[in-house]
Amino acid sequence: MNWLLDLTPDEWNAVRLSVKVATVAMIASLPPGILIALVLARGQFWGKTLLNGLVHLPLILPPVVIGYLLLLSFGRRGPAGAFLAEHFGIVFSFRWTGAALACAVMGFPLMVRAIRLSIEAVDRRIEAAAGTLGANPLWVFGTITLPLILPGLIAGAILSFAKAMGEFGATITFVSNIPNETQTLPSAIYTFTQVPGGDAGALRLTLISFVISMGALVASEVLARRVGKRMDIE
Amino acid sequence: MTVVVDISHRLGDFEVDARFESAGRLTALFGPSGSGKTTLINMIAGLIRPDKGRVEADGRVLVDTDAGLFVPKHKRRIGMVFQDARLFPHMSVASNLRYGRWFTPTAERYADINAVVDLLGIGPLLDRRPAKLSGGEKQRVAIGRALLASPRLLLMDEPLASLDEARKAEILPYIERLRDETKIPIVYVSHSITEVARLASDVVVVAQGKVAACGPTGAIMQRLDLLPAEERGEGGAVLDTAVLRHDEVFGMTVLGSAAGEIRVPLLATPVGAPVRIRIRARDVMIATEQPTGLSALNILPGTIVAIAPGEGPTVEIGIDCNGATVLARITEQSRQTLKLRLGRKVYAVIKTVSFDRANTSIGLPVEADG
Repeated sequence: MNWLLDLTPDEWNAVRLSVKVATVAMIASLPPGILIALVLARGQFWGKTLLNGLVHLPLILPPVVIGYLLLLSFGRRGPAGAFLAEHFGIVFSFRWTGAALACAVMGFPLMVRAIRLSIEAVDRRIEAAAGTLGANPLWVFGTITLPLILPGLIAGAILSFAKAMGEFGATITFVSNIPNETQTLPSAIYTFTQVPGGDAGALRLTLISFVISMGALVASEVLARRVGKRMDIE
Repeated sequence: MTVVVDISHRLGDFEVDARFESAGRLTALFGPSGSGKTTLINMIAGLIRPDKGRVEADGRVLVDTDAGLFVPKHKRRIGMVFQDARLFPHMSVASNLRYGRWFTPTAERYADINAVVDLLGIGPLLDRRPAKLSGGEKQRVAIGRALLASPRLLLMDEPLASLDEARKAEILPYIERLRDETKIPIVYVSHSITEVARLASDVVVVAQGKVAACGPTGAIMQRLDLLPAEERGEGGAVLDTAVLRHDEVFGMTVLGSAAGEIRVPLLATPVGAPVRIRIRARDVMIATEQPTGLSALNILPGTIVAIAPGEGPTVEIGIDCNGATVLARITEQSRQTLKLRLGRKVYAVIKTVSFDRANTSIGLPVEADG
């Protein structure tokens, strides 16, 4: 069993980096995820179908294409990348932040779908009742809508996290495969499979990514069940 | 406190075009399902924006489409009790009750949580979740939640419609207490003549999106032509009376009314207290002479003041009994046999057992009738 836990420093770094990238990607995409889900669930405007299609692009395009598009727009010379680097000092290309961005984009449609479904399930008449009690729309959202969609939020966040843990194509295209900077678990496994005698390392990392993903899934189930029980919704 | 509504609004093919004004303590918007009552109350609450018109409550203009004014619902301070309670499922009963308090300016908080909990008898429910409440309990909590926002006006949209008869009977006394013990004016939507006759001080009859009539309950209830067909059998005179004495031996209560003494099954109401009774037109018989050898205990002398054709073979006869009008529904054949015509002296005969719990209720305090 020892060979299983006996990770090299580079392997540990890949594990740590993957968890960091996935966590940041998940947290950063929550606010825009809620906003877009809200707009798609409730908004009625021209171009809604277009927005919906745009959100779903990462699900239907090859990940390589998304990575390449990110490289074009958020790379050092890309319009968005240059702007952010100049005004906010945020650089994505060949940094772990770029890996987080790629993971966030790839997980975004999954997160939006989960949140959107839970928003559509909210009884708007209950929100209207809160309005007649004096709550303005912002308060209604904070005290009624948000707590009612909490199970959907958790599900969406975990889906985004799990997707980020497994993201490979867009990440490697956008930020390459640099140990200690952008080499996440999938990239590390890929590297192992490309060198002779790397089987043991690939297997180790495979098991670790399995454990992390399953752990996240179980945690989300437990959390969602506890929230559901607390709310006692019929 | 006056509510003024004057609006016209289109909902698909349905057009609501209504105008009424009421200063009553409990104004009932009465009419069949689909007549536009709920649309009207939703406009007072601010849940629907009318195409055109004005809404005023207590001298405050809430909607004036000509001036482009529309006060949003959360700024109206108008409480609403919905047919389906609409409690917040993720909060306890206590949190539901306290919700509106947060948003009421401190200076305007007049509702006291303990008083409201006592009034509605919901003390034992405070720690429960809405999912664990019965339909009647939910509705009481919903009423409490609306009251605790200290509203200027309370709207109730068919609060009893989704409950069975037993639950209705459980809640009606609480609504009567609400009407008599708090100062909040109430606008109450209902399609049930029983509820309206029992609770309302004023009635606005709504039919096909328009106001068919508007006035004090007693006057409106006599107009059987205003009632929807399925409720016509329940229609009749509404009399405000007072308890004269209780007859414990025979288990009856004697009520004093303008029309004379009326005996009903024993009530728990103390002597002197107001009692409102509804005498269904179909329960009233007419005799042309003082009847003898008759089991019915209530025989009221009067004069025929109205004869109107009713449904099918019936006619509706209005009898003025010393200022109080009693309605009778009899067949056209009986009318011709008895030669009933306007101005004829007759006796209205009503069996004591025709008064049940559905048509005897706590009356409105006398000053409310003015």
